[in-house]
Amino acid sequence: MQVADRTAPAATREMFYNEALGDALRLEMERDDGVIVLGEDIAEHGGAFQVTAGLLDKFGPTRIRQTPISELGIVGAAVGAALTGLRPVVELMYIDFSGLAMDQIVNQAAQNRFMFGGQARVPMVLRTQGGSGRGNAAQHSKSLEAWFAHVAGLKVVMPSTPADAKGLLTASIRDDDPVIFIEHKLLYRTKGQVPTGEHVVPLGRADVKREGKDLTIVTWSREVLFALEAAQRLAADGIEAEIVDVRSLVPLDAETILASVRKTHRVLVVHEAIKRGGYGGEIAALVAEQAFDDLDAPPRRLAGLETPIPYAAHLEKTVTPQIEDIVRVAKEVCA
Amino acid sequence: MTVDKRTAIDLYRTMRKIRAFEERSATLFGENKIWGTIHSYAGEEAIAVGVCAHLRDDDWITSTHRGHGHCIAKGADLTGMFAELLGKETGYCRGRGGSMHIADTSKGNLGANGIVGGGIPIATGAALTAKQTGSDRVAVAFFGDGAANQGGFHESANLAALWKLPVVYVCEQNQYAESLPVEREFPIPDISKRAEGYGMPGVRVDGRDVRAVHAAAGDLIARARRGEGPSFLLADAYRLEGHYYGDPRKYQSKDEIEGWKTRFDPLIDTREWIVREKLASAAELDAIDTATADEIARAVAAAEAAPLASPIRLPEDVYASR
Repeated sequence: MQVADRTAPAATREMFYNEALGDALRLEMERDDGVIVLGEDIAEHGGAFQVTAGLLDKFGPTRIRQTPISELGIVGAAVGAALTGLRPVVELMYIDFSGLAMDQIVNQAAQNRFMFGGQARVPMVLRTQGGSGRGNAAQHSKSLEAWFAHVAGLKVVMPSTPADAKGLLTASIRDDDPVIFIEHKLLYRTKGQVPTGEHVVPLGRADVKREGKDLTIVTWSREVLFALEAAQRLAADGIEAEIVDVRSLVPLDAETILASVRKTHRVLVVHEAIKRGGYGGEIAALVAEQAFDDLDAPPRRLAGLETPIPYAAHLEKTVTPQIEDIVRVAKEVCA
Repeated sequence: MTVDKRTAIDLYRTMRKIRAFEERSATLFGENKIWGTIHSYAGEEAIAVGVCAHLRDDDWITSTHRGHGHCIAKGADLTGMFAELLGKETGYCRGRGGSMHIADTSKGNLGANGIVGGGIPIATGAALTAKQTGSDRVAVAFFGDGAANQGGFHESANLAALWKLPVVYVCEQNQYAESLPVEREFPIPDISKRAEGYGMPGVRVDGRDVRAVHAAAGDLIARARRGEGPSFLLADAYRLEGHYYGDPRKYQSKDEIEGWKTRFDPLIDTREWIVREKLASAAELDAIDTATADEIARAVAAAEAAPLASPIRLPEDVYASR
């Protein structure tokens, strides 16, 4: 699936999403000796999703530090390294493993700066991936962004395109706060035009991936691609959907969301994570609180069913929003 | 390692400062001037002081919920510490942290920690920075016997030994993990033996004897500085107060508590040693005690006079870049 990125400047090349992430890592490691990568299987193997492929040869084992399987120890070491001047990037193979490291993420990385009265900063990136669609079942498929978005002190980034993946990872590495950078396992082999040199996409700026006048669909990560497909089908039926890709949940670009809703007067939030307690509720509430008078229909959410992710391919699709689901609910919102 | 006169007096002075800080904190707590809870380091002074005597300002420590002693031994300013306990703008954390989170990054103190064992992986990461930047800086993780059963200790010890990181794990075995006595925490009598399993030296010392701690820590820190990797120091001591001020201590007998107080107080032991070895006279040590009491009084007065922490900048302290 290919997605045009309308922010991309001229010097671009087609890259896979995982390749674009690796490109950002390479450029930032060349730029700053303090950037190191820690994680499982990231050296000779190139990472479970081949993001760090080739980096060992270029930067050696002291900067591409393959670790034992010790999520708490790895993330904690990154916190300590970040507090003392490095810019570590941790690869946590599956977001489902974050539970093993949660104390260091939530009680330490997120809060050190605040607890210490502003004395410290924790410039680390925790790269991980989530989402379903590959038959990995319940312990390797969750969408847990709402957990992290709920913690004061963390930033949460979820790129949908190769260009955004590169630009947002660059910005995250340069950011002075801990960033939870959530990739999607089914985006790694998507392709798109990506700037070949330095490319920075600032955190906290949503991107209107498609303009439309009838309905705003706010979404992120893989569901952006689904929403774009859905928008084409909706257009055939005379409904022009505007697709707002939030790109970062924290900080959230409320302005772009609200501006779009004020234009279209209808909003549907779509995410793969289960609806209950999901971040879609936050966005629906934002719109209800700040743009209620502009709405011609109640804010609507389309999200995962409240179940763990099942194994079988057809069951996986049943519990997560598919293209046809977006089309159906968008039509209801516009009815 | 023999201790010269000047070092002996410095060790005693810092130990006294910690004890006086804890005694005054208890008073302030009793007067309801300290919010939340505090955990006294009384009885364990010899450990922080004996270890930190070997550290430079650019070396790092991570501390614990029982962290006042480490903070003072690493060179913190008493006024800033009292001000933090009192919720003042001049406190180390400007009222955002309190006793369990005092940090002094200018002196390499990466913070007390409210999570048992939470600082151990962080010290390991600081040691990674030391190694990565080619410096001879070292990191010390202070933690209690309770923390030695947390996964973070085991994961970090393995990682540090694997990567030969300059970190010393200092386990302050103060006989209780909150209310659980040490013999019910571990199936083996001496957890310094665990170090061998990680491929690092494990040393056990009497943590009430500042000479023993100073000597053992000196060796292990020098070893880390030379690039020879991590080590584990187990220091036995006794927590003279309860887990926190106000702990009813139902898990301890009166005889036990009184016995430790009268027979095994490291301040008394250190005094006796210094006088016996003629490193200083009792009168000189009394003068140190008086000067320390004055310093504490001045620090408390300055902290009490400071304005309450301002709520205005609370959101600004959450993120470094917006």
